[in-house]
Amino acid sequence: MENETKTYTPADYKNGQSVRWCPGCGDHAILNTLHKAMATLGVPPHRTAVISGIGCSSRLPYYMATYGFHTIHGRAAAIATGFKIANPEMTVWQISGDGDGLAIGGNHFIHAVRRNIDINIVLFNNKIYGLTKGQYSPTSPRGFVSKSSPYGTVEDPFIPAELVFGARGNFFARSIDVELATSQEVLTAAARHKGTSVTEILQNCVIFNNGIHNAVTDREFRADRTIHLRHGEKMLFGANNDRGLVQDGFLLKAVTIGQDGYTIDDVLVHDAHTPSNFLHQQLAMMDGTDLPLAVGVIRDVEAPTYNDTLDEQVREVRARKGFDTLRSMVLAGNTWEVK
Amino acid sequence: MSEEHQVKTLDKVVVRFSGDSGDGMQLAGNIFTNVSAALGCQVSTFPDYPAEIRAPQGSLSGVSGFQVSVGMNVHTPGDSCDVLVAMNPAALKQNIRFLKPGGIVIVDIDAFKPTDLRKALFETDDALAELGIDEKYVLQVPITQLTRNALAETGLDNKSMLKCRNIFALGLVCWLFDRPLEEAVAHLGSKFARKPAIFEANKLVLQAGFDYGHNVHASVPTYRIESMEARPGIYTDINGNTATAWGLIMAAEKSGLPLFLGSYPITPATDILHELAKRKDLGVKAVQMEDEIAGVCSAIGASFAGNLAVTSTSGPGLALKSEGIGLAVMAELPLVVIDVQRGGPSTGLPTKTEQTDLMQALYGRNGESPLAVVAPATPTDCFDMAFEACRIAVEHMTPVILLSDAFIGNGASAWRVPEASEYPEIKPRRVPEELKASGEWQPYCRDAESLVRYWAVPGTEGLGHRVGGLEKDCNTGAISTDPVNHEKMVHTRREKIARIARDIPELEVLCDKDADTLLIGWGGTYGHLYAAASELCAKGVSTAFAHFRYINPLPANTLDVLRRYKRVIVAELNTGMFADWLQCRVPDIFIHRINKVQGQPFLVGELVKAVEKIVAE
Repeated sequence: MENETKTYTPADYKNGQSVRWCPGCGDHAILNTLHKAMATLGVPPHRTAVISGIGCSSRLPYYMATYGFHTIHGRAAAIATGFKIANPEMTVWQISGDGDGLAIGGNHFIHAVRRNIDINIVLFNNKIYGLTKGQYSPTSPRGFVSKSSPYGTVEDPFIPAELVFGARGNFFARSIDVELATSQEVLTAAARHKGTSVTEILQNCVIFNNGIHNAVTDREFRADRTIHLRHGEKMLFGANNDRGLVQDGFLLKAVTIGQDGYTIDDVLVHDAHTPSNFLHQQLAMMDGTDLPLAVGVIRDVEAPTYNDTLDEQVREVRARKGFDTLRSMVLAGNTWEVK
Repeated sequence: MSEEHQVKTLDKVVVRFSGDSGDGMQLAGNIFTNVSAALGCQVSTFPDYPAEIRAPQGSLSGVSGFQVSVGMNVHTPGDSCDVLVAMNPAALKQNIRFLKPGGIVIVDIDAFKPTDLRKALFETDDALAELGIDEKYVLQVPITQLTRNALAETGLDNKSMLKCRNIFALGLVCWLFDRPLEEAVAHLGSKFARKPAIFEANKLVLQAGFDYGHNVHASVPTYRIESMEARPGIYTDINGNTATAWGLIMAAEKSGLPLFLGSYPITPATDILHELAKRKDLGVKAVQMEDEIAGVCSAIGASFAGNLAVTSTSGPGLALKSEGIGLAVMAELPLVVIDVQRGGPSTGLPTKTEQTDLMQALYGRNGESPLAVVAPATPTDCFDMAFEACRIAVEHMTPVILLSDAFIGNGASAWRVPEASEYPEIKPRRVPEELKASGEWQPYCRDAESLVRYWAVPGTEGLGHRVGGLEKDCNTGAISTDPVNHEKMVHTRREKIARIARDIPELEVLCDKDADTLLIGWGGTYGHLYAAASELCAKGVSTAFAHFRYINPLPANTLDVLRRYKRVIVAELNTGMFADWLQCRVPDIFIHRINKVQGQPFLVGELVKAVEKIVAE
């Protein structure tokens, strides 16, 4: 029998398969932080399932020592939903890219979030189709030039967080592939959240979309263009941690403490647990231009999960009706006897 | 009507209730069916309803019908009816062609005013003359007025009163066929359990209809229907979709696996979702997903997780599920896919029956992706074949498609409630302990005899593994693009399905086994074909009859049976799909074909004629 008090190391979640992603791909870092997050959580590998769709990131289950299912394009959320309902004791991770999760699988994505099934969706967002060699994705910016948009796209992208809030999601976090500690922190929090968690990781495709996130992730100015949100802490950022977010009417504003009359007291404190998603959405929509791009856990609110509520309903109905077999149920209905 | 009152004794009788789709014809028909079944009659029903929920009132497109045959040796709902109830001119116009010569028509004469006649596109004010119906066969009853009279003192509003017209007609039909009213009252009681005033009103109207029949009986021949000597036991009335749902539950009991349904509403399969949603009281998890693809995919996830996993749909939904089913073929996971076939292609005829999804079931996936296909023969056989689909899926680690259809899915029969002990245990193919202990287990290790891979259920320590849609190495289960390995896996998957033939019953031959002519059918046409073969034999045209419920693989003795006959005829509700499926196995035998693609079941009479014509050639 398993030893529930056993502690695990990242190595317990790795298997011996050689990893086939391109050298320099952001997926390597995410894989390592996922192994670490799993060890931190301490859920045994055999109690963990990793389910993916199709795409570069969806190869991830092959590099895990857990139960894994590399399924079909776009459908990982639906498969993970059925899996979790059928076997609620398992911790379920879903690995999807921006194409897999938001284009072909967009419908399953929003419905999984709406149902609040207890799965952890990790969305690798590199704003490109890598495995099919470089077409624009639903997160590529307007005007993006790719093999399938040689003159630039003529459509606007999804912002993943906005979809999550539109689908009334209760957990949204973000990280950047190269920020290992942040990724580990948000993945751990995502797994501890009961209900659907969506963690967007900005990931660099070194071959087809190299540097797509550089405007915010470049070391030179990352501190000024990103903010790490932590529940209960002031919303501060900047190389010297002297910049902060303040309320400006219904909107947010980035200020420098000590300038224009702003003091530390004006800076907002992050509340990830407040049920209203109004401020969460504003925080999640910051893109690193006027306001810093937010990483960390932006929203983490408890709500009834689909799987728990379903199990509860089954228990309640069974106790009330008291049928133990099909026959007992049928005999309780309209029948007649032939002697 | 004839001058003298007679009581006829018939071994079976067919009644067709017809009216506007809002007139409650399905309810009246259902209650008459249940009442007859409770009296020990065999029953077979055919709800024939429009796709529109409420078409314009009184219009030809809005006519809803419910045909039921009750009595002895009932195999079909009947080609034509002895009694036709028509609640309005449109119903009469649409349904008169189903009346037997000499059959009786009951009409609500209050609904035959000139404005009603115009809605049904009659050109004159005399509907009977226009349709060439002899008045002596027509019982013209002021149903609307008599219903109002019966309810005069209840205080109900006019609209609520009019909703009871169907039950007046039911009361009249009950009198006509000598059905005591207690059973019908009981059914009304459960139907209107939460509306006592409506129940009381319907009860009054039921009695009024019955009494009306009694009072005017001098002018109508009444019938008594013989009852059957049925196998002792407890019976209930069941339609094919409910039987399918219950067969799945029986399989869950016999396998010890929790039952999961991932589905999406689609006519005419939705009742399976409805029934299983109710069966949370037996621990069933029925999940209405966001689309057809999510339906099958959630089931695949549940299967990987260790449940008995099912998805239910009709033809268009099966098309959407194709890629998912291919994943289950590749991952070699048990999965039951129920297709309640309807008229196609595309949206086609959503409420009508056909057998046109056979090729889609057999071949409708990318790549070489064989799977098992079975098809229930009757409404009650849906129970047995749903059980069989689960047994094959779980014991052979494969998707199985169950090809039901609108005719048997909606059609009802009396069904003896079985004991669980009448069904075999279903044994999930777990990783054998010794294989696990040896450390040599791999995800695609197979049982040498059946070629079945073992089911390592997530949560089990030591059996962590990865599967997926990519081709796998035949030994290690790791991703492999090796050309020779791929070909080997293609052949292994095919052979695994072929070996299911060792595990299913042989094909039986019914009627005159020694005849020269073999009539063949499959799936939901059993009743009509059996009745036709029996009638042919009775007429001196010796006919053997073989009916397929296992489509892929075919029963092991199939070719032996086919080769025994001089003349082989396949009758099916498509342009010849099953005939083709057989023909490619026996290129040397000429297969005659009887086909119908009208969205309607066969008629026994047309089958008899078609066989006679082939025999005479």
